[in-house]
Amino acid sequence: MGTTRTYQTQSIIIKQTKLGEIDKIVTLYSPEFGKLKAVAKGACRPGSKLGGNVEPLTCSLVMLARGRNLDIITQSQIIDAFSALKSDLWRMACGLYILELIDSFTVENSENRPLFDLLRATLYRLCQADNSETVLRYFELHLLHYLGYRPQLRRCVSCDSPLKPVVNFFSPSEGGILCPHCDRHSEPFAPCHSEGEKRPKNLAQDRVREAISLKPSFPLSVNAFKILRLWQSCDYATAKRVKVKPELSLELEQVLQRYIRYLLQREVKSVAWLKELRKESLVDKDFERN
Amino acid sequence: MTFVAEPVARLIEEFNKLPGIGPKSAQRLAYHLLRSSDEEAKALAEAILAVKEKIGLCSVCFNITDCDPCLICQDTERDHSKVCVVERPSDIIPLERTGKYSGVYHVLHGSISPAQGVGPEDLKVKELLSRLQGSSVTEVIMATNPNLEGEATARYLRRMILPLGIRVTQLARGLPFGADLEYADDMTLSQAFESRQEF
Repeated sequence: MGTTRTYQTQSIIIKQTKLGEIDKIVTLYSPEFGKLKAVAKGACRPGSKLGGNVEPLTCSLVMLARGRNLDIITQSQIIDAFSALKSDLWRMACGLYILELIDSFTVENSENRPLFDLLRATLYRLCQADNSETVLRYFELHLLHYLGYRPQLRRCVSCDSPLKPVVNFFSPSEGGILCPHCDRHSEPFAPCHSEGEKRPKNLAQDRVREAISLKPSFPLSVNAFKILRLWQSCDYATAKRVKVKPELSLELEQVLQRYIRYLLQREVKSVAWLKELRKESLVDKDFERN
Repeated sequence: MTFVAEPVARLIEEFNKLPGIGPKSAQRLAYHLLRSSDEEAKALAEAILAVKEKIGLCSVCFNITDCDPCLICQDTERDHSKVCVVERPSDIIPLERTGKYSGVYHVLHGSISPAQGVGPEDLKVKELLSRLQGSSVTEVIMATNPNLEGEATARYLRRMILPLGIRVTQLARGLPFGADLEYADDMTLSQAFESRQEF
């Protein structure tokens, strides 16, 4: 960061929390420093010159002054307000889900420029009339890649043999796909009972497995397998040309969200809001799955 | 706390639990009460008890009140065909201070915040919709905070209310009085342009 008292960076605002009566702690994602936390003084006042510039889902150029604990935002200017995102309930919910993923997966002061570029491009894509499900799945796959959790979709994670276009099995704990042969012989769960203790009934054990989502693997249809492989390696322009049927789109979503849930060891809170909007059929018509 | 009498220590401990009150401030408040007259101390104690015993939520608008329905909902002079939706009970005070609004309110007790896991079921949304169904309400005014959560809440409510055939409006977005145009953000300025009026 150099030794000067102030520094300037482009950043996407990912979160803000209130600090005292009128200040806010703003979480930013910048290309140079990764995730940063800074104080926006007086941001809650109606006449604040920072106010709208530090709202989440905004790309701003900010000037920060080094503080004792947290740095302080002294000036800011909006680069892109992503207004189209904020004026649509569904697209806003998608944007907030993306921000929560970035916030959950990253640590402070860890530079990851490709991830910043992916985040910014994804927010632009959500503003356009693209299929939001494709935008989200493409983002999730590439987010995992840039963070070092890229799922192995080419070879079996157990025997390393090339995968065939049959029903294979996705294993979140192994970080990729198991071929049907290895899945049959994969290790069962670590027993949740000590030696000598009576083994719980299978049914109860199954429920426990389901509840903690540690089921070692689950089947992946041939089409889902092919699309994941394609999206993992192609650019977005190619990815968005793929027509995905609603059932397949749902399967892709479930596969990636189970993997993400396994990695974070918790639920992504915004998923509940996306589900709620779908339940109420509040998905923007332009963005409904095919 | 072995150097202070037990009742004083207890009082200090209780003050210390209040937001923004540290151990030193708690001590200062406790010793101030010790020095003050019996009447003053009793008045404070009674005020605290009254708040907990008599205050509840209005069954119509969910504002904080000591009578049910609250004074605003009881007032027949007010226009009951307009409902202004606010996030918190404290938001009603500045709106009432303007003297421009004579309708009634509905307090949501929060705003939709997906990242915090706060959804519509955690707010008084169901209550608002059942209040509106089959009522004589003709307009619902969204007065949620002009930030992302407030906007998400307003947009969600709009989608839920429109099928009921009720007009949904939102407080104007634009430049605050006393601000500097140079420092206004793009979002506020564009909204100010969109809602400009004949002058």
